[in-house]
Amino acid sequence: MIAAVQIGRADWYEASARDRIAGLLDAGSFVEFLGPEQRIMSPHLAQFDLTGAFDDGIAVGRGTLDGQAVLVAAQEGRFLGGAFGEVHGAKLLGLLRGARERPPRAVLLLLDTGGVRLQEANAGELAISEVIHAILNLRRSGVPVIALIGGRAGAFGGGGIITACCSRIVVAEHARISVSGPEVIETNKGVEEFDSRDRALVWRVCGARSRYLLGGADGYVTGSIAAMRKAAAAMIADVPSFGMTMLQAEQQRLTDRLHRFGACRDAPEIWRAAGLPEPDRVGDIDDEAFLTMPRIAGADHDAR
Amino acid sequence: MEQFQLQGKAVRRAGGTRRQALTGVNASGNLEILVERVLADHECMVEVTTAVAGFRGTWDAVAQDFFTRASPGGLRFSINDGGARPDTVMLRLLQSVRLMEREP
Repeated sequence: MIAAVQIGRADWYEASARDRIAGLLDAGSFVEFLGPEQRIMSPHLAQFDLTGAFDDGIAVGRGTLDGQAVLVAAQEGRFLGGAFGEVHGAKLLGLLRGARERPPRAVLLLLDTGGVRLQEANAGELAISEVIHAILNLRRSGVPVIALIGGRAGAFGGGGIITACCSRIVVAEHARISVSGPEVIETNKGVEEFDSRDRALVWRVCGARSRYLLGGADGYVTGSIAAMRKAAAAMIADVPSFGMTMLQAEQQRLTDRLHRFGACRDAPEIWRAAGLPEPDRVGDIDDEAFLTMPRIAGADHDAR
Repeated sequence: MEQFQLQGKAVRRAGGTRRQALTGVNASGNLEILVERVLADHECMVEVTTAVAGFRGTWDAVAQDFFTRASPGGLRFSINDGGARPDTVMLRLLQSVRLMEREP
């Protein structure tokens, strides 16, 4: 646990799920639901000779951000890769359904997950489907759902799909968002298709900068918890409407994007085709220089 | 996987008034500790669930050393262990006692 006075400066990537919440919300405002002392743990892991976590790898609760009431969930990416199991998923789903009954100003999802926990995969997959349903219902009822991504597990598998269903997505440099992870692609398609040990390739394909430039994320921040806090507050105030018109516009945007860049084999080819300056240096420059770069046309579309 | 309880006696009650604290993560080479102020003033206990079987003697040695050093009277330490080394276990235990001394 990081001392309260230093928590804003602390790095999102290195912080625990609870430290992220503590630094993101107004000091001392977080009230946890089903905290670790209640020991609501996975009933499945012991069958696989695995020790559990007292919170099943996710902290959920309420608090305030700049005085506004928010609900928040944070996955602990270091426990089983932040993966969704039955209890883990039920805690997130309960939070989202609770938000429907008593709408907060926003719901903040601090996702840090490799996807579904293989030891309880059916329950995990079901939870992810229900979470997606609950997020879309919330958005339709006018509650912003903001994803904040920058942990060590990234947002993969169902976690990547959940992220893409949110009203707004904020990423820090370490963030990776995708569905099939690099190791999964390599296992299924071979190392010639995707070398998961090539870290630069991994980040070019699913890393924060590529996602942001292409419009798969709405905000890019330097890695501190304080920067995430500032971006989250800004996103809450600026969320697009959610309805058929928007969905059709998004479908059109993605169709156009596929048409323009579908033949590209790697991210720099997209940046070159889009006319971005220095397409090969996107991964090498520092955050300040990166933030001055233009995004591809249409990336800041409100559709998502 | 192995589960056991290690009982101890404390010279004095642990400092602070906080009811509970959590530290660490159950990950490879790491552990999480949930501390709760639920025991009598001169009792203390470590409850271990560990992924690595066969090291109860080492756990007992670390726990008894910790009880002597920190005198954590009244505290119950529940551990989910992912194969942490004894020095890591001791550091986390000492850290968890400190957390209980913080303002609630």
